[in-house]
Amino acid sequence: MPHVELRGIRNYICRGIDLTAEDGEMLVLLGRTGAGKTSLLNVMAGLMPYEGSVLFDGMKMDNFPPQQREVGYLFQDFCLFPHMNVRENIAFGLRARGINDAFVNTRVDELINLFNLGGLATRYPNKGLSGGEKQRVALARALAPKPKVLLLDEPFNSLDLSTAKHLRVELKRIQRTFRVTTIYVTHNQREASEMGDSIAVMHQGRIEQKGMFSDIFFDPLNRTVSDLFGSPNILSCREVSHLTSGIARVKFNGFSLLVPCNGNHIEKVAISPWNIHISATRPPGPEINRIRVKITEVIEKGPVIEIKVRAGNETIYVESVEDQWNETGLKPGDDAFVIFPLRWLELKEPVIAGENP
Amino acid sequence: MRKGLRSWWRGTIPVLLMLAVWETLARLNWIPGDMFLPPFSSVTGQFYELIQSRVLIKDFSASLLRVLIGFCAGSLAGIFTGVIMGWKETVRTTLSPVIALLFPIPALGWLPLLMIWIGINELLPITIIFICSFFPVLYNTVTGIKEVDRKTIDAARVLGASETYILFHVILPAAIPNIFTGLKLEAGMAWRVIIAAEMVAIPTGIGALMMRAESLMRIDIIIVCLMVISFMCLLFERLFMCLEAKLTSRWK
Repeated sequence: MPHVELRGIRNYICRGIDLTAEDGEMLVLLGRTGAGKTSLLNVMAGLMPYEGSVLFDGMKMDNFPPQQREVGYLFQDFCLFPHMNVRENIAFGLRARGINDAFVNTRVDELINLFNLGGLATRYPNKGLSGGEKQRVALARALAPKPKVLLLDEPFNSLDLSTAKHLRVELKRIQRTFRVTTIYVTHNQREASEMGDSIAVMHQGRIEQKGMFSDIFFDPLNRTVSDLFGSPNILSCREVSHLTSGIARVKFNGFSLLVPCNGNHIEKVAISPWNIHISATRPPGPEINRIRVKITEVIEKGPVIEIKVRAGNETIYVESVEDQWNETGLKPGDDAFVIFPLRWLELKEPVIAGENP
Repeated sequence: MRKGLRSWWRGTIPVLLMLAVWETLARLNWIPGDMFLPPFSSVTGQFYELIQSRVLIKDFSASLLRVLIGFCAGSLAGIFTGVIMGWKETVRTTLSPVIALLFPIPALGWLPLLMIWIGINELLPITIIFICSFFPVLYNTVTGIKEVDRKTIDAARVLGASETYILFHVILPAAIPNIFTGLKLEAGMAWRVIIAAEMVAIPTGIGALMMRAESLMRIDIIIVCLMVISFMCLLFERLFMCLEAKLTSRWK
């Protein structure tokens, strides 16, 4: 599969974008709404005018119309053809290219089996297909003509959390099966960390930073990138002791936390302020990651309250919403308790020289 | 099935009731004699007589033929022009001002002009029906095509479909409901317009029969003609409703 290269892409949204996705890689474009992520996908698909160059496997695509770029595009709202049933939708790209019926049928059957759409083949999109099923049909349709590049525009945005999680796993499996270079757009950093082999952070039509998730999360190049990740609290580890194969106790400056780990050394631990819970009384439950802190400052940012607390000798930022914060009755100088949920702790492991990240 | 039968009865009862009231009023002579409101039974008898004497069949056939030719030609031309206008922006921007100027003119407004241009012959009512059908069908077709989601068309493009393939396999099927809205409205309207045209300018057809009946004070014949027109309007509208349902009910 070819790799994707963008050179100096400019239009009324993109402001000089250089970006590369390696063969078979899933590159996530992460950014807020209006950052220009979808526009960049449209540029790659040839659906939007631009200056600069789009190269697939070193070949310039700029003069090719969308029909000839051989990309698969999964739109945010799927854009299934309502007057075609599931089978016809999947076959559309093949039939439009004039491929013979025998091949079309074989390929469609293959995809219907791969995506578990067997019972739905004769159903119409607006008659009895759930959001998750529509998403699978749209993905099968995009993959049917064996595209060189797969473009996914916030594909799980309109789905409920559990369906989205299930489909993310499925998508990752399928992407690995097909080894198709994929550009995946999202505004959700957790989704980005789950899906991306690498991540490019986009803001106001520019790529601010590109790299592995933990590199960007722990070492943001600028304030914009840091803000996008919720300006996480980043704590340097002083001592790590592995308690079991999956849990380690990490000491910081004046307090310690239990963190999930795979046995490797841990350099830093991070957590976003909105993932830390704060309360006036000792929270119920086991004494895991519940730390007594002192509130040093409270800053009101509209409906969001930013609370600066002291845990040991570390300063931690916590965020709460106005109503919840008012219920606690806490104020600067008070003692409080914070909980660091295990699942929201991001770990940075040191990269060993020569090791492929 | 039972539900359908029940709803059919629910629709029929008011009509039967109206006919019964009509028959009673006329029979009780509350309205002076047969002159102003003949009973429904007399009208039915007259209908039978008009059929037997072939007068109604001759005039009805003349009107039906005009409606069919004018409506089919006008609708096809409307769909064809509408598709081109909806599909090609340059054509749309060029033709839109002309269409916008001509569309508001009522079809019967053209009658005096067409009488001079074409003369009083078969082409006159057909042309009136053509105009009556052309503009609304055109307008609905353009709207239908413009309303097709841009992203759906982009999805088809990315999948490798040519512009012509997209037109026939994506745009036109998606525009069908809108096109049929125009067809349904105009199928009934064509009958209303042809009657008016025949009453004013053409010596044959149902409209002309009504005018002849009026000059002889034959209210029963006028009512027969009105019932035929009402039935035909309803029939044409229902025909297109069924056709639309057949084409779109699977997916709409």
